[in-house]
Amino acid sequence: MAIDPTFPDPRSLLPADRPIQLLDADGTFTEDPDWPIDLDDAQLAELYRLMVMARQIDAQAITLQRQGQLGVYASLRGQEAAQIGTAFALAAQDFVFPSYREMGVALVRGVDPADLLHVFRGTWLGAHDPAKHRFALITISIATQALHAAGFAMGAKLDGSDSCAVAYMGDGATSEGDAHEAFNFASVFGAPCVFVVQNNQYAISVPLTRQTKAPTIAHKGIGYGMPGYRCDGNDVLGTYAVMRQALRHAREGNGPVLIEAVTYRMEAHTTADDPTRYREDTELEQWRARDPITRLEKFLRDRELVDDEVVETVAQAAKAEAQSVRAALYDAPHGDPMELFSHVYAEPTQQLRDQHELLQAELQGQDA
Amino acid sequence: MGAVTLAGALNRALHDAMDADDRVVIFGEDVAELGGVFRVTDRLKERFGEDRCFDTPLAESGIVGTAIGMAMYGYRPVVELQFDGFTYPAFEQITSHLAKMPNRSRGTVQLPVVVRIPFGGGIGAVEHHSESPEALYAHTAGLKIVAPSTPSDAYALLRASISSPDPVLFFEPKRRYWTKEDVELPVTTEPLGEAVVRREGTTATLISYGPTVATCLEAADAAAEEGWDLQVIDVRCLVPLDIATLVDAVEGTGRAIVVHEASVFGGMGAEIAAELLERAFYSLEAPVLRVGGFDIPYPASQLEHYHLPDIDRILDAVERSLAF
Ligand SMILES: Cc1ncc(C[n+]2csc(CCOP(=O)(O)OP(=O)(O)O)c2C)c(N)n1
Repeated sequence: MAIDPTFPDPRSLLPADRPIQLLDADGTFTEDPDWPIDLDDAQLAELYRLMVMARQIDAQAITLQRQGQLGVYASLRGQEAAQIGTAFALAAQDFVFPSYREMGVALVRGVDPADLLHVFRGTWLGAHDPAKHRFALITISIATQALHAAGFAMGAKLDGSDSCAVAYMGDGATSEGDAHEAFNFASVFGAPCVFVVQNNQYAISVPLTRQTKAPTIAHKGIGYGMPGYRCDGNDVLGTYAVMRQALRHAREGNGPVLIEAVTYRMEAHTTADDPTRYREDTELEQWRARDPITRLEKFLRDRELVDDEVVETVAQAAKAEAQSVRAALYDAPHGDPMELFSHVYAEPTQQLRDQHELLQAELQGQDA
Repeated sequence: MGAVTLAGALNRALHDAMDADDRVVIFGEDVAELGGVFRVTDRLKERFGEDRCFDTPLAESGIVGTAIGMAMYGYRPVVELQFDGFTYPAFEQITSHLAKMPNRSRGTVQLPVVVRIPFGGGIGAVEHHSESPEALYAHTAGLKIVAPSTPSDAYALLRASISSPDPVLFFEPKRRYWTKEDVELPVTTEPLGEAVVRREGTTATLISYGPTVATCLEAADAAAEEGWDLQVIDVRCLVPLDIATLVDAVEGTGRAIVVHEASVFGGMGAEIAAELLERAFYSLEAPVLRVGGFDIPYPASQLEHYHLPDIDRILDAVERSLAF
């Protein structure tokens, strides 16, 4: 694969001194000529609708887990702006490589949230069609998807296609060797790839200070010769603007971008975790005041794009959607055990056909 | 005597080992502040300080690779890889370096590193949290592989592993973490490499380790109702493997069935069956049979019970053995 044999000017790679923010915690909008946005009123309202819906379905997923309907669930609460703002900037032809916390991104890509949750229910290991939504299966092995994104982007470059690959990951993930290798491959090959790191401050119990000594995660970009953008991850307009720019950079053949969206995981790591063992409530309170949805709502009200009635309508629609997700999952039939042998290879081997028969006989024996 | 859980026994073993030797250090993901996702390292940071028990960046190759370096410095690292499926990022460090450096250096470098690995399924977890990769590592010369099934063994074998001059992969049966035993700790440390007869019997021998030992004992109880008197052997150490005890057992019963969660193909059962065939051929009344998971990727949690060997699958195998 052809590469650009020059080295970049280091000054072009460092993040700004302060995180990019267009909408502050009070919902006050300040334009930034370096980070323009192009959203019309309908799109602004759509961002709000998606964020409210993500939060509502997220809450429903936690409820379903508590009721024994899901095995485990990793909440995105607090990260709605980081996910929905960045995903909203994607083009249809782009391809997303998520971790396990990206229900907000999935919603924007049109993935049925019930399909996503079937994985947490334990019905099957993946339920949606990645090609259809250009949204890969969720990835549980930390950071491994970053390399898949880099490779996909290398394919897009070889093919002369205008699609970008986007890997979503957490702050902890940046410590894995695979993340490093992905950053490096994408950059060496000038692949159209964007790495979105949602820095939610924790990897289960381990705080960011134990993951990196870099001044910020965005500063890591320079080590690979790619720009690092750092933004307020709770500002949906900021995350949108930054992602828009990153995608343009990548699509125009300038290689990858590393985005750090500074945010906070408001819930436990997963429903199996007990965060009281490692973090203080006061921290939670501070972040509650920076809630991504509250500030967008304030902004939209100030602009008279929403009022009480719209807020109520959006809330009701989100509840209805969450209810339908619930209905799709609650006591949903278990997966078919006979399918266990079907997809291991393109054609089941003789050995697997034998084992299929063995299990069938066992099950018939139990029925008898 | 008090009831001790398997997780509690491991915690006590770590505690006592740290107390006995200040070169023992513990590190990994979430082991210090949180005390481990299964609480096996609970309160060790509080008791011994953050120089002896600390959280690392999220990187398994980093954890095992730095454990090797610290061991070369003179420490005795006991590291945790959070789940079986997350040992693979460390595969290079485990198989190419931890396993081989003592041999390459003609024994001048010793690597007394213990890698703790919660393993196996049956807890309704998501992907990569229920695997049984022990055969991958048992196939790698230079590693000792331990897999206890009871709280007192968990204690004794972990102490022995930490004392061992060789690197040890210590597989903890995660679905049995809360199994209780009435035992007074500390128990005497057992040497690595000795199997134990858990139940005497004459009809056939069930051979297992880790989480499925309890399943075999349940199967033996159920079989008693059918008039079968099954012997159960807990291998405890996969490397070194105590062939003598297994041969002895088969010379008594003439029939053996190896049980594990891992896929049967290329698994520990294949190795044990081959050893018995070579060493106890004339005592065998039937081929050594294997009962385990299917040769498929570990299933989603709702389907895992179809995959995992259960009492029925074990008793079917006993019946097949007796039919020879
Ligand atoms: C390779 C690997 N090692 C360990 C784990 C266990 N684990 C699951 S999530 C997690 C923390 C991830 O933190 P981060 O990357 O910051 O993402 P977040 O969960 O905060 O979104 C760990 C250690 C894993 N899934 N994969």
